[in-house]
Amino acid sequence: MTLNRRNLLAAAAATPIAAGLPLSGARAQAQNTIRIGVLNDQSGLYRDLSGPGSTQAVRQAIQDSGVTQRGINVEVVQADHQNRPDVGSTVARQWIDRDGVDVIVDVPTSSVALAVNTVVRERNKVFLNSGAATSDLTGAQCSPNTVHWTYDTWMLARGTGGAMVRAGGDTWFFLTADYAFGHALERDTAEFVRSAGGRVLGQVRTPFPGTTDFSSYLVQAQASRAKVIGLANAGGDTINSIKQAAEFGLTRRGVKLAGLLVFVTDVHSLGLQTAQGLVLTETFYWDLNDRTRALTQRLGNMPGGLRPTMVQAGCYSAVLHYLKAAADMGAQQAKASGIETVNRMKAMPTDDDAFGQGSIRPDGRKIHPAYLFEVKTPGESRGAWDYYKLLSTVPADEAFRPLAQGGCSLVRT
Amino acid sequence: MDEIFGIPAPLLFGQLLLGLINGAFYALLSLGLAVIFGMLNVINFTHGAQFMLGAFVAWAMLNFLGLGYWWALLLAPIVVGLFGVLLERTMISKLYKLDHLYGLLLTFGVGLIIEGLVRNEFGSSGLPYRIPPELSGAWDLGFMFMPVYRGWVVIVALVACIATWLVIERTRIGSYLRAATENPALVQAFGINVPRMMTLTYGAGVALAAFAGVLAAPIYSVNPQMGSNLIIIVFAVVVIGGMGSILGSVLTGFGLGIVEGLTKVFYPEASATVIFVVMAIVLLLRPAGLFGRA
Repeated sequence: MTLNRRNLLAAAAATPIAAGLPLSGARAQAQNTIRIGVLNDQSGLYRDLSGPGSTQAVRQAIQDSGVTQRGINVEVVQADHQNRPDVGSTVARQWIDRDGVDVIVDVPTSSVALAVNTVVRERNKVFLNSGAATSDLTGAQCSPNTVHWTYDTWMLARGTGGAMVRAGGDTWFFLTADYAFGHALERDTAEFVRSAGGRVLGQVRTPFPGTTDFSSYLVQAQASRAKVIGLANAGGDTINSIKQAAEFGLTRRGVKLAGLLVFVTDVHSLGLQTAQGLVLTETFYWDLNDRTRALTQRLGNMPGGLRPTMVQAGCYSAVLHYLKAAADMGAQQAKASGIETVNRMKAMPTDDDAFGQGSIRPDGRKIHPAYLFEVKTPGESRGAWDYYKLLSTVPADEAFRPLAQGGCSLVRT
Repeated sequence: MDEIFGIPAPLLFGQLLLGLINGAFYALLSLGLAVIFGMLNVINFTHGAQFMLGAFVAWAMLNFLGLGYWWALLLAPIVVGLFGVLLERTMISKLYKLDHLYGLLLTFGVGLIIEGLVRNEFGSSGLPYRIPPELSGAWDLGFMFMPVYRGWVVIVALVACIATWLVIERTRIGSYLRAATENPALVQAFGINVPRMMTLTYGAGVALAAFAGVLAAPIYSVNPQMGSNLIIIVFAVVVIGGMGSILGSVLTGFGLGIVEGLTKVFYPEASATVIFVVMAIVLLLRPAGLFGRA
């Protein structure tokens, strides 16, 4: 919140200058200013995959969009939601009601995202979610004000879960982070496993946040004699699970780990020695093609010397598209109605360096291809951050849950 | 297969053992806290950050100086302990005459600053640190697969706890320390440098935290928040054991590790809260803690 306050102070300092101008000029200035709020984890386990790097990506998107040359001012504020829904919805309310924020971007942690989703809808603003995973954002809880940009639990389940079952992993045990995200990921993956003829032998719900030792759960998973242990968790939890699974020799004795949500920063943290062979699904990898490499180059080093994650790339892509729509409609129009702006975004095809060409469906799902990667062995890696090899590409129209199956009220059946 | 309360016996034994291993960390960390509180009357909220620093110093030694695990086990506590000495001399020593609350706020703030600085430098997702080759591998105990490293942690933690207890209860310097806690003015009058003793005690307590940090580095993710995740539990351990009671905090550490381990089998969702439930019950029945003096 301090950064937010600092930005407000800066705005306050700028006021006397505007006060010298005729009143209509000042008002025109305010009406032409779009405020983007980046709300995510700035201090906990999801900081590296979103955090200040997402803000950096948003700033890059503003620069690349060229809207300032067209007379639209864009301001960015950021805040830490500490992975707590109460904190997240309070910040969202303050931003919209008091600080005139028009768009809220990123919001990892599904429980927080669902809370912010409601706040933004009530106030008719725009919610561009990149960081959260729950497919409920475009299913039961879909909103005309929300676009779910980067990935979701259904896509992860189809990508990684599907690949594991095809490779013979037909009995599963889940280690599930005990909150909205973990539950959604477990549910979506279990559906895939069952529909492919596999069986789910059990699951254990681990407290979130605050679990550091997973050995007890891993031993329970092993006792179930499942062939695959599905890790329905993320960030630091996944890192600890994988590290401790290796320590307890699970993988050496033929049990396969399915990291259902693994980010490139997690692989970096684990080191290739521990992470090698892990199969995972992402929609963006910095070294995927010329366009992603060019974007990574433009973004420069992320905080902590990291490379951009798909969540940060999603923030870039979402804001770029939003600003295109806003420039098209005029800033004043875009600020007036969140629903109108999202509808305009849905009507325009998307195209950017992060995800290539894509589109936004009526339920608010942004669609683009998904990629199944395998983590390289230390021998295969040719340099820093050379971590993934591409196993297969899931085309955009197959990567996400079919429109009719989500149960979204915005979809006319 | 034999079952106990509907859980297969081998699984239950495994969980008890794992609980004991986690208890070793709780014991080691609460030991340092108890030593500091017992002698200095300071509630050291920087303890989690110092635990984390131990792990990060181990990582830095490996990556910048090429010094492996065994050197880190020896040197990291010294380095972080010296940092503790500096902290005590420049800040904490100014607060001895004031209410506990001031020491608590100061150490809590310093802890947040350290954590923030490390996070800024290294990010939040952590750094890789591997189990030393001498301690990798595992024993098959029949009822479970026991990594050698976890066994090592339990043994080392026990040795450290017993050694600390012996130093304080059975040596001359320990008796000075205990006397200085009771009546610093009198001990000073006998020509013993009490402020220096306080400084060294704080340094030793901090070194114990860093030692636990090095032990944790190969099995937990080495990240800036690793200490704050653990420290709340450890404080509960110290309160349950009786503030300042060394034996109390060690026994409670191991005991609560086991309680938590069992909760992970019977009702995993509650495993993060069970320790606080125990704390509430103990405080209601014995406000001074299980081993504390009222």
